[in-house]
Amino acid sequence: MNYDQARWTHDANGESTADQYEPLLSEKNTEEVAVDSPLPDDLTRDSLELPDLSEPELARHYTRLSQMNYGIDSGPYPLGSCTMKYNPKFTEDVAALADAAVHPDRSDRSVQGTLALLDGLQDYLARIGGMDAVSLQPPAGAAGEYTGILVAKAFHEQNGEGEQRDEIIVPDSAHGTNFASAALAGYDVVELPSGDDGRVDLEALEAAASDRTALFMLTNPNTLGLFERDIGEIAGIVHDAGGLLYYDGANLNALLGQARPGDMGFDIMHYNVHKTFATPHGGGGPGAGPVGVTERLAEFLPAPRVRERDGGKEFELFDPENTVGKVHGFEGNWLVLVKTYAYIARLGDEGLRDASAKAVLNANYLASQIDYDIPFGPFHHEFVASAGDQDAADVAKRMLDYGVHPPTTKWPEIVPEALMTEPTEIEGKETLDQLADAFNSVASEDDETLESAPNRTTARRIDQTSAARNLRLSWHALEEEE
Amino acid sequence: MSFDVPDDRKYLESHEWVAVTDGTAKLGITDFAQDELGDVVFVELPGEGDDLTAGEEFGVVESIKAVSDLYSPVSGTVVGVNDALADQPELVNEDPFGDGWMVELELDDEGELDDLLSADEYGDQIA
Repeated sequence: MNYDQARWTHDANGESTADQYEPLLSEKNTEEVAVDSPLPDDLTRDSLELPDLSEPELARHYTRLSQMNYGIDSGPYPLGSCTMKYNPKFTEDVAALADAAVHPDRSDRSVQGTLALLDGLQDYLARIGGMDAVSLQPPAGAAGEYTGILVAKAFHEQNGEGEQRDEIIVPDSAHGTNFASAALAGYDVVELPSGDDGRVDLEALEAAASDRTALFMLTNPNTLGLFERDIGEIAGIVHDAGGLLYYDGANLNALLGQARPGDMGFDIMHYNVHKTFATPHGGGGPGAGPVGVTERLAEFLPAPRVRERDGGKEFELFDPENTVGKVHGFEGNWLVLVKTYAYIARLGDEGLRDASAKAVLNANYLASQIDYDIPFGPFHHEFVASAGDQDAADVAKRMLDYGVHPPTTKWPEIVPEALMTEPTEIEGKETLDQLADAFNSVASEDDETLESAPNRTTARRIDQTSAARNLRLSWHALEEEE
Repeated sequence: MSFDVPDDRKYLESHEWVAVTDGTAKLGITDFAQDELGDVVFVELPGEGDDLTAGEEFGVVESIKAVSDLYSPVSGTVVGVNDALADQPELVNEDPFGDGWMVELELDDEGELDDLLSADEYGDQIA
């Protein structure tokens, strides 16, 4: 497959400017419009330049911009750890229904359908995670982590051990958010080095766990895609020390319908609904990171939660007895939760189990087809290959020339020049073969070719160093340069 | 590739150096460290008057590849900070043992220097 990304440039004042891409909408066919305003003169302008475009001209503008971009509708997106799971378009339709637009201050009685959906989602998530109670309020995965830590803190405080238990243990392969959430909640972070097989080193955990341990945070399968098969012993060590076990839901998509964190001994977990149940990544927009807990911790969850009344005929909001309070407005980001519910309901038990199985199958098939070394295994839904003598960042740039998005690079650091790859369940064999071809072509290329890449994309090699040293964080910076 | 390891100073396994003249010590990171990090884009340093403890973190260096903690080879009080790094973090790459220095300390105990690696020992570590 050959690839050349579109490159729309434009002529300004008859001069061809190759570096000038499709102009801003505000620069197109502008027409000066006089404004007559009753406001005081010093608050108004006399005239305003507005673009005057027909519908097709407007549509072409956005089509051109999208052609110069790369997204899931252009090709595969195997970013490991981020899980760029495909969001089926029907979930957008569901969230756009007029019935989904509800004011959060309406009375419980007048929004029974909304509450029924939230109650149903709490149950779905509890059942999927093997948890007893769920809060839908946290607005993102990291906010879920923080909420989970607050719950653990409230539990230890109730037992009179709040001050004594001032440490949270985190494996060195964990997502950075684990360390950040623990620090933000005021805990000392104890970093646990991985064992030689890339998993939790039981002896190291034994040595780290003590009467100061509040929580041990773990992702399973872990960041290398490896299942922590000693999870029973791990739970035993943490619980014997009086600590709680936290499940980071980052990789739950590998376990759907196959295994449940609650059955493994985890006490608290968060669900990354964007990674597991097809909602958009937060990235500045609204997200959701529901938190599930076992029975003994339910009383500490954020308020409000939803419950049935009168044998399921009605639903109501309530505050858990010893709640940690609110971590977001109202019941959380409602429309994200609607998408989550729609996805789970559409797939059902069989569909979720199948999605999980295919995610693992796809990762293993792709891994079997590529020439790069994969030091750790057997893995689940993602694998971490090593670019060896090549620079992983250059490999990523060069893969763009083959019309595919590269994997996550240079992390986790336990694998040198890491290429962290997660094709997800959505891609078929033809696309996986296209990805494998891209990996293998790049693997056989010389440094010169890699360093000059990408050559077939709209924007060529970006100067990352200048971008990081000379931060321009708002459009005001551009104006000042002019 | 071979890296500079000047023999007028002492080293820490985590790739920091310390050079002492007349009771004050300058700290920085080694040529090997800057090469591993790649282009440095930000350096976070303590303020004057802060106390540093040998073996503990005193700052953070950020490159386009990674964010790393800085460890102090010795204990002492900060008497000078290389303010130039705020606008020119590239000095760490260009001249790690000279203009890329990070902080200046008044030493608590010169005896601590005996616990550090010599240029030869550090050179062997990165060979």
